[in-house]
Amino acid sequence: MDLNLDAPHSMGTTIIGVTYNGGVVLGADSRTSTGMYVANRASDKITQLTDNVYVCRSGSAADSQVVSDYVRYFLHQHTIQHGQPATVKVSANLIRMLAYNNKNMLQTGLIVGGWDKYEGGKIYGIPLGGTVVEQPFAIGGSGSSYLYGFFDQAWKDNMTKEEAEQLVVKAVSLAIARDGASGGVVRTVIINSEGVTRNFYPGDKLQLWHEELEPQNSLLDILNAAGPEPMAM
Amino acid sequence: MTTFSVPIDNGDSMKIAEEESQRTLYPYVTGTSIVAIKYKDGVLMASDMGGSYGSTLRYKNIERVKAIGKHSLLGASGEISDFQEILRYLDELTLNDNMWDDGNSLGPKEIHNYLTRVMYNRRNKFNPLWNTLVLGGVKNGKSYLGMVSMIGVSFEDDHVATGFGNHLARPILRDEWHADLSFEDGVKLLEKCMRVLLYRDRSAINKLQIAKITEEGVTVSQPYSLKTYWEFSSFHNPTAGAAGSW
Repeated sequence: MDLNLDAPHSMGTTIIGVTYNGGVVLGADSRTSTGMYVANRASDKITQLTDNVYVCRSGSAADSQVVSDYVRYFLHQHTIQHGQPATVKVSANLIRMLAYNNKNMLQTGLIVGGWDKYEGGKIYGIPLGGTVVEQPFAIGGSGSSYLYGFFDQAWKDNMTKEEAEQLVVKAVSLAIARDGASGGVVRTVIINSEGVTRNFYPGDKLQLWHEELEPQNSLLDILNAAGPEPMAM
Repeated sequence: MTTFSVPIDNGDSMKIAEEESQRTLYPYVTGTSIVAIKYKDGVLMASDMGGSYGSTLRYKNIERVKAIGKHSLLGASGEISDFQEILRYLDELTLNDNMWDDGNSLGPKEIHNYLTRVMYNRRNKFNPLWNTLVLGGVKNGKSYLGMVSMIGVSFEDDHVATGFGNHLARPILRDEWHADLSFEDGVKLLEKCMRVLLYRDRSAINKLQIAKITEEGVTVSQPYSLKTYWEFSSFHNPTAGAAGSW
């Protein structure tokens, strides 16, 4: 196996954050893998930092968890000191501080998304290395490789909440179809001025893609339903 | 036979391991070339807006040229997170300079010198900021244009370029640059260079900004794209001259 140590490490997971007219929608798959084994098939990769700011985690599960924990702690103090909720920008910059200053040791790519009264809905991408990029939408994780073309075509500015969530669910579902390191269910979190809504989309609620078949209970059901065709060679 | 105990000292190997973990090994999100020239009223600097992640053109809206204080323009290629950190250092520098409230302000020569010290000192610690920086500016009617690399090599010139620009743009500039270029001629010259880079640099994207600095101050253009030319007959029919070839 050719180990190209100079290429950026691709990371298990598909994570997405998109802004819409009024807030943000964050989405992620639910697969945590150790090598080829799926350690957790229903993980929650969208983690709360404050009431109004969440982060999508990809890469090393341990690194992303510890960074989230530190930032949640700092933001809690920040909120007490200021007497009001922290902004999305502050949250992103705190993550950047940890990601940049520990760049040699951490292997985690994060997407910060939230809503605050000053800037409305905002998404910040923080890839490996600790760069911060504010974007109208962000994709990350190994599954995102399969979504660059999709978003180039499907993204439009000023979507409604429903359009944005449908786009996110469709995208994560497409990535799961092709990326071995992504799988399980699609989780979304919608954040706006009214608050936070969590949604859950198991595999059977998603549309089928190319060469995917409708799930059945058993072959026996197919045989009993149709005629002799199912066993024809 | 005498025996003696040797104290077990893991010190050196532990220390080396610690040092290793402090090195920047390789960049992740990178910007490609910067091209800059002196012209009649000051300095023009061009860059594209791409942030590459290995071979993927991942980010297409990164501003790689930023105004520093009133008199300078900083362009960076290389690791974007390190560039963002450098901007923070310069923020602190210019803030402290302002707080003196003595009517003085840091000019491009001073900023260039500061950056050279920062880059060289990091190089000496084997933990470089993975950037090549271009510093241009005008102060008291004098134009300034210089460059610092990630290993601390620093110099001034009438025209500079980083990365691929060194190989593709500078030969054009050596041929066609002259003193007292007008703004229009300067922009056309930079666009000529940027178009070649677009054709021949895999990490270039067709979305660029040209920044201008004069005694009056800094202007960074809106992002725009260049037209490209593909109408050579040998492009339409590459094997016309040698049928059966590749």
